[in-house]
Amino acid sequence: MDFAFNEEQQFLHDTLHDFVAKEVKPQARHVDETGEFPWDIIQKLGAMGMLGLNIPEAYGGAGADELSVAIFLEELGRGCGSTGLISEAHLCLAAAAINLFGSEAQKQRYLTPLARGKVLGALGLTEPGTGSDLQGIRTTARRDGDEWIINGSKMWMTNGGVAGTAVLLCRTKAERSSHSLSQFIVPTDTPGFQAGPPEKKMGLHGCWSHAVSLDDVRVPLDHLLGAEGKGLQQTLAVLDGGRIGIGALSVGLGQAALEEAIGYARQRETFGRPIAEHQAIQFKLADMATKVHIARQALYYAAWRKEQGLPFSKEGAMAKLFATEMAEEVAYQAIQIHGGYGYSHEYPVERIYRDARLMTIGEGTSEVQRMVIARRIIKGR
Amino acid sequence: MKYIVCVTQSPDTAELPKVTVDQAESGNQGLELITNPWDEYAIEEGLRLKEKQGGSVLAITVGPAGTEGALKSAVAMGVPKGVRVWDDAFAGSDALAIGRILAAAVRKEGDYDVVLTGKTTVDGNGALVPVALASALGAALLSQVAKIVAIGDGKITVERLVEEGREKVTADLPVVIAPVKEINEPRYASFMGIRKASRAKFDVWDAAALGINAGSVGAAGAKVAWGNLSKPPAREGSVVLMEGETVEEKVTKLVDALMAEKVI
Ligand SMILES: Cc1cc2nc3c(=O)[nH]c(=O)nc-3n(C[C@H](O)[C@H](O)[C@H](O)COP(=O)(O)OP(=O)(O)OC[C@H]3O[C@@H](n4cnc5c(N)ncnc54)[C@H](O)[C@@H]3O)c2cc1C
Ligand SMILES: Cc1cc2nc3c(=O)[nH]c(=O)nc-3n(C[C@H](O)[C@H](O)[C@H](O)COP(=O)(O)OP(=O)(O)OC[C@H]3O[C@@H](n4cnc5c(N)ncnc54)[C@H](O)[C@@H]3O)c2cc1C
Repeated sequence: MDFAFNEEQQFLHDTLHDFVAKEVKPQARHVDETGEFPWDIIQKLGAMGMLGLNIPEAYGGAGADELSVAIFLEELGRGCGSTGLISEAHLCLAAAAINLFGSEAQKQRYLTPLARGKVLGALGLTEPGTGSDLQGIRTTARRDGDEWIINGSKMWMTNGGVAGTAVLLCRTKAERSSHSLSQFIVPTDTPGFQAGPPEKKMGLHGCWSHAVSLDDVRVPLDHLLGAEGKGLQQTLAVLDGGRIGIGALSVGLGQAALEEAIGYARQRETFGRPIAEHQAIQFKLADMATKVHIARQALYYAAWRKEQGLPFSKEGAMAKLFATEMAEEVAYQAIQIHGGYGYSHEYPVERIYRDARLMTIGEGTSEVQRMVIARRIIKGR
Repeated sequence: MKYIVCVTQSPDTAELPKVTVDQAESGNQGLELITNPWDEYAIEEGLRLKEKQGGSVLAITVGPAGTEGALKSAVAMGVPKGVRVWDDAFAGSDALAIGRILAAAVRKEGDYDVVLTGKTTVDGNGALVPVALASALGAALLSQVAKIVAIGDGKITVERLVEEGREKVTADLPVVIAPVKEINEPRYASFMGIRKASRAKFDVWDAAALGINAGSVGAAGAKVAWGNLSKPPAREGSVVLMEGETVEEKVTKLVDALMAEKVI
């Protein structure tokens, strides 16, 4: 057993820690208040090779291990949830889908620009009428000569309006069965692909979520990703890995809230002493730190299993479930420790709370994670 | 063109106040070391020169085993190669000796055009090594450099930051340059750079390899003795709130107080 980062991971961690402190965190409030997309940070992350971390070197990426991807998203989460989710969707949803199921030609063509961060990626599963129940997807892809014609609409697509490459889950057979869906790579400049304005949300204001309408979107046959009829299984495999990403982001958000709370508790005085000397506050901080720690260990363990090629679906779901609920709870307590100021935009904890709130919903709600875990533990792997 | 960057390690500035006199005297400050922040500007400028003019960049550090961190930062930022220079006889070197050792290493590397150093270290804070190095090399020292304007035909033109503004200076190559932070914005290490740095192994040059007489450097050759170190008294601050009915009244009181303290 080895709980230490290797030298590369440690160096990556230190570099990102520094980068986030100097470049990302100072902008987080602006990004939240204006809803501006943090292009400058995304460009810098691209230049640093971070937007290709999980893409193999053969396609211009870094070919980094799973733990390095987790380190990256955790550190981003410490600074800015929006920047974190933009990167997470790009890496763990879009790039991962093409890397897992793309043909050699598709990887050459689509992964290389994604790896450099020249083009952002998006994954479209959710629709206005369905989210958790993927088999309810209504967007269709119909073969017409040497093209697929896609019609329907997607909802909540992270990066949907700024991405160059989208992976869409579509219905290729009318009946409701596990072999009725397929994935497609769709360049977002294809005629008929129309992203709406960024949705107005509780938090994550700089990470744009879009409704996307798909009207007679025509792509050549070779834009089918993976096997026809295997879209559901492929999507579930992508989501299995994505849980580690969203969990890592949540650990970062929790860590940020914890640090803010400790800092505030040390300097705010009531009844003649810093509130950090009141046992009620100390116990809160101790519980918060414990939960952040447990979430991080669970997450690193799931990442390690994935890296080793061991089954990790259950462990990933557990880590996602615990880390996302932890982030919300720790942010909630951080606000409590800040008192009235915690409710103010002047302090970052309310932003962290709003950003963290999404994490128990996106990429499989907490209820869906519990379904996954229950299935694994009751029926076996 | 050949560029050489001299890099060293220092504690994080924010951590420096924690160093005790005993730790400073022992030379072991008991803190985790990072790359001396000023040296990152030197590394960045070396890389930019190489990217614009072509040629090679080499990073050099003087320090015992375990002080490769600054070389690794240089490699992570894109410098292809680093060398660690050390010999037990170098222990206890003062700035003059570090300058001499660096000069010997630069000469061993051969025909160089520009040597870049940091402006100063954040711990020793002497700003003497660049001077000692230039003098040992017999090269011009361009300190406080805020911009390299032109380089070529055996000459370099730079802008120096001086109290009244900027001055343009032209010197014959080779030169030693100690930049100020206005010169550039150091890049962050890329993932591939980090991977290279994590795996990097560095050559070590000792006194014999450099042809240095051991008696002229290290504790034996030191001209500076750090006899009586003490910490500056901790800064004490207090807060005074200006009371008053109106903003005007408060500001008047504030201005009076500032004048009484001779702040304005
Ligand atoms: C900011 C943001 C970004 C997003 N990014 C993307 C993206 O990039 N791509 C994408 O495809 N989607 C994205 N989504 C959508 C997200 O994945 C879905 O919102 C989520 O999967 C839930 O689906 P739903 O909203 O349709 O809720 P529903 O599926 O309608 O669920 C409603 C509630 O019922 C619960 N529930 C559902 N089924 C069961 C069950 N069988 N048993 C018990 N409880 C159940 C759910 O847990 C939830 O609490 C994003 C959403 C947001 C808010
Ligand atoms: C607290 C303390 C106590 C010390 N005590 C003693 C003592 O008792 N006796 C003694 O002889 N010396 C002692 N020294 C060491 C010595 O005086 C200087 O620290 C050392 O010579 C470098 O000078 P500087 O730190 O002022 O560097 P500066 O002149 O400020 O450095 C400027 C630049 O020169 C380059 N440079 C400096 N050092 C190196 C290096 N090692 N390798 C590569 N490039 C370098 C870097 O680019 C740096 O940015 C002590 C140092 C400290 C910090």
